[in-house]
Amino acid sequence: MSELTVQNGAKRREPTSDTTSLLIITVAIFLAMYVTAAVLFSDKGFAKPQMFFNLLNENAALIIISCGLSIVMIAGGIDISVGGMTALISVACVVHLNDMEGSGFLTSLLLALGIGLAFGLLQGYLVAYLDIQPFIVTLAGMFFARGQAAMIDTQTRTVVNESFQSFAQMRIRLPIGSINNNGVFVQAYMELGVVIALAVVAALFVLLRWTNFGRGLYAVGGNKHSALMLGVNVKRTKFLSHVLCGLLTGLGGFVFLLHVRSGAVTHAAGYEMDAIAASIIGGTMLTGGVGNIIGTFIGVLTKGAIGNIVRAMGLVGSWWPGITLAAMLCFFLILQSVITSRKRTA
Amino acid sequence: MKGLLKNPLFVPVICLGLVLLFNLLTNPGFFEISIKRNNVGNWILAGNLISVLNNASELVILAIGMTLITSASGGQDISVGACVAIAGGVILKILASKTGAPVPVAVALGCLVAMAFGAFNGILVSIFNIQPMVATLILFTAGRPISSWITGGLSPRITNSVLDAVGNVIAGVPVPTPIFIAAFCVAFTFLVLRFTNLGLYAQSVGVSDKAARLVGLSPRWVKFIQFVIMGLCVGLVAFIKVSRVGSIQYNYIAKDIEMDAILAVALGGNSLSGGRFSMTGSIIGAYTIQAITTTLLANSVPSDALPAYKAIVIILLVVIQSPAIKAFWARRFGASRPGRLADGPGATGPGVQAIAGGTAGGPAGAVAGTAAGNGRVEVAG
Repeated sequence: MSELTVQNGAKRREPTSDTTSLLIITVAIFLAMYVTAAVLFSDKGFAKPQMFFNLLNENAALIIISCGLSIVMIAGGIDISVGGMTALISVACVVHLNDMEGSGFLTSLLLALGIGLAFGLLQGYLVAYLDIQPFIVTLAGMFFARGQAAMIDTQTRTVVNESFQSFAQMRIRLPIGSINNNGVFVQAYMELGVVIALAVVAALFVLLRWTNFGRGLYAVGGNKHSALMLGVNVKRTKFLSHVLCGLLTGLGGFVFLLHVRSGAVTHAAGYEMDAIAASIIGGTMLTGGVGNIIGTFIGVLTKGAIGNIVRAMGLVGSWWPGITLAAMLCFFLILQSVITSRKRTA
Repeated sequence: MKGLLKNPLFVPVICLGLVLLFNLLTNPGFFEISIKRNNVGNWILAGNLISVLNNASELVILAIGMTLITSASGGQDISVGACVAIAGGVILKILASKTGAPVPVAVALGCLVAMAFGAFNGILVSIFNIQPMVATLILFTAGRPISSWITGGLSPRITNSVLDAVGNVIAGVPVPTPIFIAAFCVAFTFLVLRFTNLGLYAQSVGVSDKAARLVGLSPRWVKFIQFVIMGLCVGLVAFIKVSRVGSIQYNYIAKDIEMDAILAVALGGNSLSGGRFSMTGSIIGAYTIQAITTTLLANSVPSDALPAYKAIVIILLVVIQSPAIKAFWARRFGASRPGRLADGPGATGPGVQAIAGGTAGGPAGAVAGTAAGNGRVEVAG
């Protein structure tokens, strides 16, 4: 999105936009972290390809959800209902799948997307057309989704549906792999959800970069008054960003179900904060107008890798991943703040 | 009639009235108050109303801090629940240790730690200009892990006569002590608001950062102070929470209380984007929320499903208060000043004009101008 920031950096030799510079920092930190871990903890399997793909398998749902959230954040909003929606979708789909016996994979996917779409439409309408603060609207959405999930079922239930299980256990073998202790070559694998997540990342990358809607998101998030004067339909863009986020959360919730294969009210606790943290680490600015889908993708991986590295370092306390993640979040927020204020004074 | 509708206390009082009316119609037994002997032999008052007052104590104290933060910074602190876990962990750790430190020392240290974390939030918001909700997201994420780190993942149980008196009842007094603590905090807050400029400064900064700077206030300091005050509130709440059961569960203590506190501020008729506030409104709002919770529980709604009902209340409230709906009503019934209603953030108004008008006359005159501007609003009930 260098076009948007070009007038700020016109006199500098190399105008790098905030989006690019934040992305570079994110990727550099992730690579440095991962390579260091691979060298230091090679005995714990960090150098094996499967370790990396497990990171993807674990976090496929979070990748999709964070991407949706990034879109809302680029447009200058926020959505904290994603965790609650994921829990609601998991509970609703499990109840549906266990009723259907044998079939119902597609209908449960539709159910998940439908729940996401309904939340997206309602929240989008309230935020864009009634001009209510997105934080409050989606806070209510989060409450509503979790409460609704509890009304459907307060128990944790496992999916006992064969057609669903066959999809959930699908493993896509890759040509790369590692040699195990017995000297046998083991192929690395991905779950179905990872393929969906990667497809979503690719599609959104194209959407943000080369479509009118995508550029409109940056314009609205950057400065909605100028966007309005440029002829962007600000309200519709905001509305659509929430709808898209809702749909992606629906899909992400389904992928979450594919991975955990059970439904519970307490599922996906703190997912909204994980997704926001991943977006921020990935270089999406909370003030809007700056962000990148690839960055969000790396942000989720960074978040996942922190957990693995902390464990490999022998810090067994359950509190370390949370504290490290928060420290990282703090670092990136201050970095963003410094970048913004530097720009203001320049 | 018009004056009544404009009163900032209109929304909160109506809400509380509706909740009580609902109970009166469906379950008159809700209002019964009996006096019973508890298992230690003290006479105590029991009943739903007493339990509303008792359980709302924490929320009321947090609503005070949240109102000030909302007013000055235009955002909310979402880390309060997590910070209560930290402060509770500190208090518990000190009391459980073999140093034999008395309760006041432990509480003072707990409050200091909470204020330090409040200051951390305050620095992020005031110096680094990060939106409050995002800045407090850091401690929201880290708070409970830090708490479990402090206590080493353990939740020791403490039996202490002082804690028991604070968390339950003092021997001979039939009313639960947390009610008195909350009442004391409320009274203290009103005194502070009445005799200092704290509330006035917070509102000036919240209405317009720039205008407040022009009249000689330091927006950074004003915002920072609110977060430190919130830290103190958090410390007190942690003390009550620890006293109630003599222990904490760092993953569950004060869970979702930040959401309730924000809701209390909204329910109190305050704009969540900062500026003017009504402390009385927030406090009534806090009691209303506890009344809603108790009512739902009394009607055997599972506690996990409570949030769904609260969500509906939030949405109804914000929709009614939204600029688009206000403009619609103004058009419909031809309100006298449609321009002001249609003009986005409605929190500006007399205050800004007064500040802008006062700037020409130098700082002293400007502060007087602000005071005059806000004097029309009920600052502290």
